[in-house]
Amino acid sequence: MVVRVRIPDIVRRGQPFDVRIAIQHVMETGYRLDHSGRTIARNVIHTLVARYDGVEVYRAELGSGIAANPYLQFWITAPASGVLELSWVDDAGVAGSERVPVTVRD
Amino acid sequence: MRARPVACWLLAAVVAIAGCTVVDAGGDNGGDAGGTLATAAQARPRPLQQGSAFAPASLRALQADEFENPGMLWVARGAKLWQQAEGPDARSCASCHGDARSMRGAATRYPQVDRASGRLLNLDGRIMQCRSERQKAEPLAWESEPLLALGAYVAFQSQGLPLRPSIDGVARPFFERGRDRYQQRVGQMNLSCSQCHDSNWGRQLGPETISQGHGTGYPVYRLEWQGAGSLQRRLRSCLSGVRAEMFPYGAQEHLELELYLAWRAEGLALEAPGVRR
Ligand code: HEC
Ligand code: HEC
Repeated sequence: MVVRVRIPDIVRRGQPFDVRIAIQHVMETGYRLDHSGRTIARNVIHTLVARYDGVEVYRAELGSGIAANPYLQFWITAPASGVLELSWVDDAGVAGSERVPVTVRD
Repeated sequence: MRARPVACWLLAAVVAIAGCTVVDAGGDNGGDAGGTLATAAQARPRPLQQGSAFAPASLRALQADEFENPGMLWVARGAKLWQQAEGPDARSCASCHGDARSMRGAATRYPQVDRASGRLLNLDGRIMQCRSERQKAEPLAWESEPLLALGAYVAFQSQGLPLRPSIDGVARPFFERGRDRYQQRVGQMNLSCSQCHDSNWGRQLGPETISQGHGTGYPVYRLEWQGAGSLQRRLRSCLSGVRAEMFPYGAQEHLELELYLAWRAEGLALEAPGVRR
């Protein structure tokens, strides 16, 4: 599972900044049939959580309506330098995570 | 699921084109002013325009954003594979080639004739050759995810550089066959590549605007595919659209067409990974 995460080069104390994340994932809807007519089981990343120094700051619940290779953008603030940890899990139970150090400036 | 409705409009729209090209031969695109296939055979579309120029503005923006472009996920995977040791000697691509920046310009010179074997290779073919003969690792299959990733990564190193293929000497016969095939009417619709991409570019075909048919954005991320695909996969879509037999991946017919396409697009900048609908 390839993931790309981007935050701005400069993060200011208490000022909102955007987190962008793109994950390579099929996001199989569960509505498609294979060549022999059997339903292809749904497999989407159903939950993505962002924690800042262990505190949950963002949570997304995704479903069949989200296209393959989901891209999410959200805004958070950081009171001090720390670590942003993103983690997610799909219907097949495959989990991924990524840690991004954040340096806060005044 | 997503492909089915597309096939239906394509069928209807293609019939419209087949009808209008007779009246409209030469169109207003300046490419084949005489309306004869012989003149079109030598022509490049003028002015040359990237495939992205015909895509909706939202897709152009998606392609241009280095982070949001979903094709960059394949580039990112390619960067990892580049470093991954494989085979009995535990060599990575980087063991021989160093930093991938050494590949800058490489993608602009494909397809090309392999000196040792005399075979025509596209960039994927070269990577497959390195993988199995030099790295001695498990061969990569055409259109496989790791090959698309490595191809996207190597092509990305040449982003912004103009195509400069060679069609002289040993490449000439391949080029000529590609050029002839490009002009040849095929399929139940009885249409040639040229009839759409030389005589009718800029016109609407169902929801799509027909582009000049350049391969400069490949591998591309296509929304309809919900993933990345090679130029050959795109050519197979075009052939299936006119109800013609599709060439298998890696077929000589594909490679020769690709060489002709590269010549037609000479001077246009590589824009891989492109984003298409
Ligand atoms: C019925 C018209 C039609 C015919 C015939 C046709 N194509 Fe296409 N082609 C399209 C359409 C529509 C697209 C998608 C929109 C676009 O990018 O032009 C396309 C896309 C392409 C692209 C991708 C352009 C890009 O920037 O993504 C290439 C390359 C191409 N065609 C080459 C060919 C070749 C080579 C042939 C002959 C084997 C061919 N086409 C035959 C209609 C056609
Ligand atoms: C054992 C050394 C070795 C390894 C490992 C290797 N290559 Fe190569 N590669 C070469 C040599 C030698 C050439 C030159 C071939 C020629 O010009 O005939 C080459 C040529 C190439 C070219 C063409 C460059 C150009 O300017 O045309 C590409 C692309 C390439 N390699 C990609 C890869 C990739 C991707 C990998 C990993 C999957 C890889 N190589 C692994 C030795 C290696």
